[in-house]
Amino acid sequence: MEKAVVTVMGNDQVGIVAGITKELAANNCNIIDISQTLRHGIFAMILVIEIPDTLDLLLLRDRLVTAGAELGVKVLLQHADLFQYMHRI
Amino acid sequence: MNYSSQEILETIDMVEKLHFDIRTVTLGISLLSCSDPSPAITARKIYDRVTGAGQRLVATVRKMENTYGIPIVNTRVAVTPIALLDHGYTPADYLQLAAALERAAQSLGIDFLGGFSALVPKGFTQGDLNLMAALPEVLATTEKICGSLNVASTKAGINMDAVNQAAHLIGRAAELTADRNGIACAKLVVFANAPEDNPFMAGAFHGVGEAETVINIGISGPGVVRATIERCPDHDLGALAEEIKKTVFKITRAGELIGRRVSKELDIPFGIVDLSLAPTPAAGDSVANILEAMGLECCGAHGTTAALALLNDAVKKGGAMASSSVGGLSGSFIPVSEDAGMIAAVERGALSLSKLEAMTAVCSVGLDMIAIPGDTPPAIIAALIADEMAIGVVNNKTTAVRLIPAPGKKVGDKVAFGGLLGEAPVMAVNRFAPDRFVKRGGRIPAPLRALTN
Repeated sequence: MEKAVVTVMGNDQVGIVAGITKELAANNCNIIDISQTLRHGIFAMILVIEIPDTLDLLLLRDRLVTAGAELGVKVLLQHADLFQYMHRI
Repeated sequence: MNYSSQEILETIDMVEKLHFDIRTVTLGISLLSCSDPSPAITARKIYDRVTGAGQRLVATVRKMENTYGIPIVNTRVAVTPIALLDHGYTPADYLQLAAALERAAQSLGIDFLGGFSALVPKGFTQGDLNLMAALPEVLATTEKICGSLNVASTKAGINMDAVNQAAHLIGRAAELTADRNGIACAKLVVFANAPEDNPFMAGAFHGVGEAETVINIGISGPGVVRATIERCPDHDLGALAEEIKKTVFKITRAGELIGRRVSKELDIPFGIVDLSLAPTPAAGDSVANILEAMGLECCGAHGTTAALALLNDAVKKGGAMASSSVGGLSGSFIPVSEDAGMIAAVERGALSLSKLEAMTAVCSVGLDMIAIPGDTPPAIIAALIADEMAIGVVNNKTTAVRLIPAPGKKVGDKVAFGGLLGEAPVMAVNRFAPDRFVKRGGRIPAPLRALTN
């Protein structure tokens, strides 16, 4: 099972968390960590998720980007190895 | 989680705001098995070999870019120096081989293909001479093919006959592309101590000591380093070097990860990460701006060489810890046309050709992407090359020259090349004649590597 980091950025509004987590649930992705912060005055939510082996990471990425566009927020999905490599020895 | 929100956002900021990217994934391909007495057969074998080995390259690179969310700007191929395939080919035969390489590059959808090259630090074979005779036309008539000449090495000295020839080839390449500001010259590098695993263009080729195929990575990230320095306005220079090391560690790790994943996906051995800081013409993606962030009013001021030495060393130290295999050029690049800060420094009168030459003594790679007046005599171009080669040969390092004698242009004019190649203000050269010196020809002997003062 691969891990990925989902970052959601945009103006704070009702329904962002619900909209993104609903899409993750629909794709059978387990959320193992979630945090929310304001970054330069902009809402930022970070989720660490587990992607089922049967689901293609790039397909999920496209679905989340689409869901984010409907909510008016920017969504990034990146394989978790990137952060492990860059920030841990 | 294994990493904090702050660390995740730091990575995202690097990409979104500070222009961090992987500059290139370069696939090295040996063409030694393609050589045949018939140039037509060699051309066909070259095409088949390059398109076969590189078939999944672009798609795999796009997949990795999307998986990790780090832009990969260029996908390139480097091949065996073509002069090594010689079978008594004529210059026309070499044009045929170049056409096959161009077709292969177009078919793969890569950005550049390097290796139309000859290694002549000590002398020429007839194949070298015939390839060199074809080189200006090859560069002028193809879009993606890059060429290089290794004319000097610490072990062999400087082949001044090759230096003189290179100067003529540069002039001819400029003439053939006069309608495009001499852009063919931007695809030609003249080297001392050329590395065999360099992923950066225009000087990439697949050395004879390499495997059949190999994946090499070139990272970038001047904007990220500049932002680090700007966060440390009161650090002394030792502490500043530490901060640069930490930042370069992180960006090199990203390059290492991408390289390993591309290598695994394609089942091609992973070669090296090249630690060079490669600027682009985009605002903020400048090596000159890094030096200015350290506290110089303008790049080119006295102190620039010292600042660059600090930067270059910190980049190597941070990067060497981050990667299992470092190679290529590995240092800061200081091209003029590709760096908005360098262009501005030239236009302010702060940065001269002489200062750039001094800077190349402490970093990679050399006098790079510098436009000079179109009427510069070949002897002066040869002398410029010879000076740069001497710095590389004596200091046991790679140096290179990529000059564009811009046709019809004079000092103060500007020439635009577009894309990553940017635009260059035409710089003044010293007009005193070096003719009698360079026309002596022969070889400047290899230097003594003891008695080191």
